[in-house]
Amino acid sequence: MTAEAAHESGQIQAGRGEPLVVLDGVDKWYGSLHVLQDINLTITRGEVVVVIGPSGSGKSTLCRTINRLETIGQGSITLDGQPLPAEGKALANLRAEVGMVFQSFNLFAHKTILENVTLGPIRVRKQSKDDAEKLAMSLLERVGIAHQAQKYPAQLSGGQQQRVAIARALAMEPKVMLFDEPTSALDPEMIKEVLDVMVDLAQRGMTMVVVTHEMGFARTAADRVVFMADGAIAEENTPEEFFTNPRTERAQDFLGKILKH
Amino acid sequence: MEAVFGNFDVYLAGFGLTIGLAVVSGVLSLLLGLLLAAARVGPVPVLARAAGLYVTLFRNTPLLVVFIFIAIALPRIGITFQSIEVIAVGDYNVSAFFVRAVVALTLYTSAFVCEAIRSGINAVPVGQAEAARAIGLDFGQVMRLVVLPQAARAVVPPMASVFIALTKNTSIAAAFGIAEAAATMRRFTNDNADQRVEIFLLVALGYIVIVEAIAFSSYALERRWKVAR
Repeated sequence: MTAEAAHESGQIQAGRGEPLVVLDGVDKWYGSLHVLQDINLTITRGEVVVVIGPSGSGKSTLCRTINRLETIGQGSITLDGQPLPAEGKALANLRAEVGMVFQSFNLFAHKTILENVTLGPIRVRKQSKDDAEKLAMSLLERVGIAHQAQKYPAQLSGGQQQRVAIARALAMEPKVMLFDEPTSALDPEMIKEVLDVMVDLAQRGMTMVVVTHEMGFARTAADRVVFMADGAIAEENTPEEFFTNPRTERAQDFLGKILKH
Repeated sequence: MEAVFGNFDVYLAGFGLTIGLAVVSGVLSLLLGLLLAAARVGPVPVLARAAGLYVTLFRNTPLLVVFIFIAIALPRIGITFQSIEVIAVGDYNVSAFFVRAVVALTLYTSAFVCEAIRSGINAVPVGQAEAARAIGLDFGQVMRLVVLPQAARAVVPPMASVFIALTKNTSIAAAFGIAEAAATMRRFTNDNADQRVEIFLLVALGYIVIVEAIAFSSYALERRWKVAR
């Protein structure tokens, strides 16, 4: 089956339930600030984990350690059984397996939408330009941006840019997708179009780690909610349980503040 | 006027050498400066420190001192660059004087080129490099495919200043055996003491023409490499 066809049918469900990303006793300090405190978290294949928590709780940092955009002080992180390489070509290869979507989109400003999506497949996966463009167009079609393929990022709205960013990450056929507050920089009316793409992705069986404030997304798409506070995991729960009957006081306090309005 | 226009071929030959020095040293400075900048922002601490030391050393040394070192001190320990004179391209071969001047100008100018490029790299939002790394590009690809093309535009104005300074700095080579524009001016004024003012003005005009050509090219590039954000 070609990569394109695999994407179209969304057959990424093989081995569902096996551990894919394992964080074991992870600690991180910024100087004397203990930003990640003894994080133990296992994300299984096909699982959608939503990480929520107050700002400064370390949830973005946690997300960024999984493709080593942030280094860790202590502990270990493995992807598919392999520990994350420290640097060099091996680290680049690992990052190719992990898709990342940023709060500020970070589309390459000097490249067209199509070039943004084909850059990785051509340069990292060594696909031919034709194959990469075919794959890119099918992904852009899926996120609803195909007709804007020749435009530059600055010509698109925030929601459109973020959907392109998702397509760019998917073009690498990642084992897991990391979303670092993907809707936090968007106007309210654009949030839905991005969440729709993410829900679709979750339904196709993609393994996802999503740092977000979108409680609606957590309720509908998450298999598990991880609640962080002060650099530590304060509670792990099903979305059902977490929103209706949180176990910890910190979580009750947090939900009380955000769900009041 | 007569002193210059009567020997216009000498005047042109002088500026020809000035341009030759500026272009050759400019291209080499660009390459060396690019490597230095990549080393300075790169992930290898030893290279970053070495490039930083290089910049400190050559940016803080007067160009005249660099010239004296290359043209007078190095030959003392046997480095004369004279072997280069044997190599002929067509029926043209380069003098050791020219090579020494190019080496001195390149060593000095590349330190400034490095810092101009580094300022451009710093002007590219850090998220661009993060996104490039996140799709699996290695450091060289991140630089070549994502960061440097966007840095290029921000680099054009300071880089134009560096090359303009380089063009004028070639005049120091006059003291080290090169008959470039400044040396030609001295020859003209020695032979025609009554026409000094005209000679000065015409030589100044020559430099202005070269410098304005650099300035206009930089404006054109700036417009062409505009990156919308």
